[in-house]
Amino acid sequence: MSLMHDIAFTLNGVKRSATVRVDMSALDMLRDVVGLTGTKYGCGEGECGACTIQVDGLSINSCLMFAVDCHGRDVVTIEGLADDPASGRAAALRHAFVEHGAVQCGFCTPGMMMQASHLLDKHPHADEDSIKRGIEGNICRCTGYKKIVDAIVAVSHQEGKGATT
Amino acid sequence: MTVAEKTRFIQPDTLIGKRIVKMDAPEKIEGKTRYIHDISLPGQLHGKILRSARVHARIKSIDCSAARSLPGVHAVITAADVPDQRPIGVARDHLPLKGDRVRSQRDEIAAVAADSEEIACQALKLIRVEYEDLPVLSDPRDALKPGAVLIHPEPHGADGSSEHLKQGAPVAYAGKPDNIAMRFDYSHGDVAQGEAESDVVIEDTFQLHYVTHCCMGVSGIIAEFDASGNLLMYSNTQVPFLHKREFADYLNMDPARIRIIQPPIGGGFGSKLDIYPFEVICVFLARAAKRPVKLLFTREEEFLASPTRQPVLLTLRSGCRKDGTLTFRQVNTLHDNGAYTSWGATTPFVMMQTFSSLYRVPHCDYHTVAVYTNNPYAGSFRGYGNLQATFAIEQHMDMLAEAIGMDPFDFRLKNAQDAGEVTGQGMSFKSCGFKDCLNTVATRSDYQNKRKLNQAAQSAPGAIKRGIGMASMLHVGGGAKIYPSDGCGTILKLDDFAHVTLITGASEIGQGSETVLSQLVCEELGLPMSALTVVNNDTAITPWDVGVHASRTTFIAGNSAIGAAKKAKVKILAAAAKKFACPEADLGLRGGWVIKAATGEALIDLPRLLRSLHFTDKAELVMTTFYYEPPSVHQDKAYKGDVSAAYAWATQAVEVEVDTETGIVRMVKVTGAHDVGRVLNRLGIEGQIEGGVVMGQGYALTENLMIVNGVMKNPNFRDYKLVTAPEIPEMDISFIESMDGEGPQGAKGVGEAPAICIAAATANAIYNATGVRMFDLPFTPERVYRALHGKSEKPSWKPL
Repeated sequence: MSLMHDIAFTLNGVKRSATVRVDMSALDMLRDVVGLTGTKYGCGEGECGACTIQVDGLSINSCLMFAVDCHGRDVVTIEGLADDPASGRAAALRHAFVEHGAVQCGFCTPGMMMQASHLLDKHPHADEDSIKRGIEGNICRCTGYKKIVDAIVAVSHQEGKGATT
Repeated sequence: MTVAEKTRFIQPDTLIGKRIVKMDAPEKIEGKTRYIHDISLPGQLHGKILRSARVHARIKSIDCSAARSLPGVHAVITAADVPDQRPIGVARDHLPLKGDRVRSQRDEIAAVAADSEEIACQALKLIRVEYEDLPVLSDPRDALKPGAVLIHPEPHGADGSSEHLKQGAPVAYAGKPDNIAMRFDYSHGDVAQGEAESDVVIEDTFQLHYVTHCCMGVSGIIAEFDASGNLLMYSNTQVPFLHKREFADYLNMDPARIRIIQPPIGGGFGSKLDIYPFEVICVFLARAAKRPVKLLFTREEEFLASPTRQPVLLTLRSGCRKDGTLTFRQVNTLHDNGAYTSWGATTPFVMMQTFSSLYRVPHCDYHTVAVYTNNPYAGSFRGYGNLQATFAIEQHMDMLAEAIGMDPFDFRLKNAQDAGEVTGQGMSFKSCGFKDCLNTVATRSDYQNKRKLNQAAQSAPGAIKRGIGMASMLHVGGGAKIYPSDGCGTILKLDDFAHVTLITGASEIGQGSETVLSQLVCEELGLPMSALTVVNNDTAITPWDVGVHASRTTFIAGNSAIGAAKKAKVKILAAAAKKFACPEADLGLRGGWVIKAATGEALIDLPRLLRSLHFTDKAELVMTTFYYEPPSVHQDKAYKGDVSAAYAWATQAVEVEVDTETGIVRMVKVTGAHDVGRVLNRLGIEGQIEGGVVMGQGYALTENLMIVNGVMKNPNFRDYKLVTAPEIPEMDISFIESMDGEGPQGAKGVGEAPAICIAAATANAIYNATGVRMFDLPFTPERVYRALHGKSEKPSWKPL
């Protein structure tokens, strides 16, 4: 009974198409149609950040975005962030999350990684307070956030050191 | 080729106390970890549950005919379709599908299995239920009044309804002539004598609110029967072996035919210690549809139908002498059980320990009555009653100290427990770093000085007042002997390349057990962390364990893992001693080699030695097993006995800023000291403590499930406020290493401890800042503002 719609978009650097229900969220499309399960359902109403993806360079709660609105867009999920060897920042973040103990149950982690990477893309030298503000839309119930913040701060400082201007 | 240049020496090294990264972190960071939500079985259907539209009502009729005829629907079930369902839960008072009466908003009436979640949801909308409303009992204080509405007056039959209750039915819940779900009565000494000996006696009532776990991964299960009728469940349970047996009871099956696989869990915190209706219902659906069925909650369902922390009304009467000696404690609590009984009702097990044994108190009386209401029902939650008990007791410590004009830190130190103490409840403190915790926190936070300065500044101009408050806690740190066994089994397998598979009964719920257990094994066998693979998630493979609860996994599973590793080491060294014709005692394992213990000289690398054992006529593999049972004892009927093999201690000081114009309380800093026995994985233990502190912060300041006449008003993250990153306090955490004699490498449990003191210390800090004492939680701006302006009503309750 649902209306279906064909869309074409770029997902993690690869052009693809999909047929989706018009009332489907981008989150459900990624998980149930495309089969990429790294993006998590936490609340379905944009309050927890577990489903964070990047669309045309913006950080988005994929549960609040219609799948059909992905048409013509450049969509990056945690799988794309993980698979991009050119992105030194993503590798630095992955390393920092491991070394700083930023992961416990790990359910918020993909969303946290997507948000952290977006934050540092926009503000490579963000300080601790800005980083805390930058991830305030991402809920973590295990870590108390401190080690997540420490990990992002470490990457931000590395970039600060490496900056020539 | 000379022998001399090939001789190598391996320096001693240890993994203990290091910052060891979590083994599964890389998978989780890349989104590759497959949680239950990410698993799909071929042929899988999707289950959905119809919940009650009413809080308390008789069900007059259920019509599923339209739902059954919807295309894509494979099964629709109600209580009438599962005449063999049995009451579940801690008191066996809860039928998964309700046939004749709904007792709370979350109650399950029908369930659907369909080709997709959308079809299942459509089918639910087609089910017609006729109700006849009954009066709602929502205030636990009304539950015991004469003429109170009864929540469980009728027996439940094994067939799901009282009408069909037959004589000799296999399992039935008898029904209750009153609303009392459980009672707990404990005492040592004589409180009347204690009161007579007191110079000061105070009494207050404290009110503890509803909060819930908010695991980031919502609840879910996949159930499947094979061709022989064996049941396989993918489950989030924290207690797979207990549940295997319990499911067998509920399903009238042989436990041997039930297998539980535990995919990685999106948070536990105690929420997955009980079996809930959705799990049994999913099995019913799989049976009815003859297909695998996956059932996942929505976030709203997670709020509505998950257990909560136990809400409690608590009246505490305490006394002391002028010299600062505690004389007695008398405690009465009213536990709001909600509509059914889960572990929340049993939190008195832990609460009474805090009252009887955190401080030396010669006379103690403790009574709980847990009453049925039409509210959500409470389960177990990190801290298990201890947040509630500590909230009351640690405020009274400050109040008693003030009443006799003593510094509250000195008052605590005077009454604090020491190693060697056996308490009135029979708890024996073999290692006890309590006084070290107190001293460390007082020094590092400058508690005494700041407290005086803040107090003096109360009347100074300015809306922002600063305060510091302290609280301490005692919790089991070496398991808790509640079940017939509190043990854990380990199987260790070394392959031809010295790669070790550690097969443990211990469940991983994000706390890092797989890493710390591997660390302990590597430490024994002189191997790097990369030499370990952990298998910990399949009852068909792993040996028995009681489950992940009571801060027990590092202690119990750790000792079990060490036991298996020591046996492997004995076997390896015996083989090496034979090969090199020397005593075993002269040899050791280090860096993947057999070494001479005295010099560190490498003799043979472990893979070669293992292959030489394997590929001979005798053909031996190194595989060992070990079962560790802690030397704790069961409590007697009076709740006395040394229930844990070790006890954990902690002190935390909280510093706040109170905006007296808005009532906003900002948590500025937490200074904590934890007696953890010994730090094993510094990275992991810091993470446990920081996470616990912030969970305690949410309990103290922001989290509040609002229940009005049995209806939950805020089942979402917008209106149920969790702490976010900008709000966390500065944290200064110290570790007291009391080196417990029974603990693995001296360690004790820590999982629950860090959340326990925060609310109590925050209440004391608000008092220090403003001179106003808070008796009920949480300290939201409105509640604090009202209290500051004398507009709040003090909680009251007296036992009948």
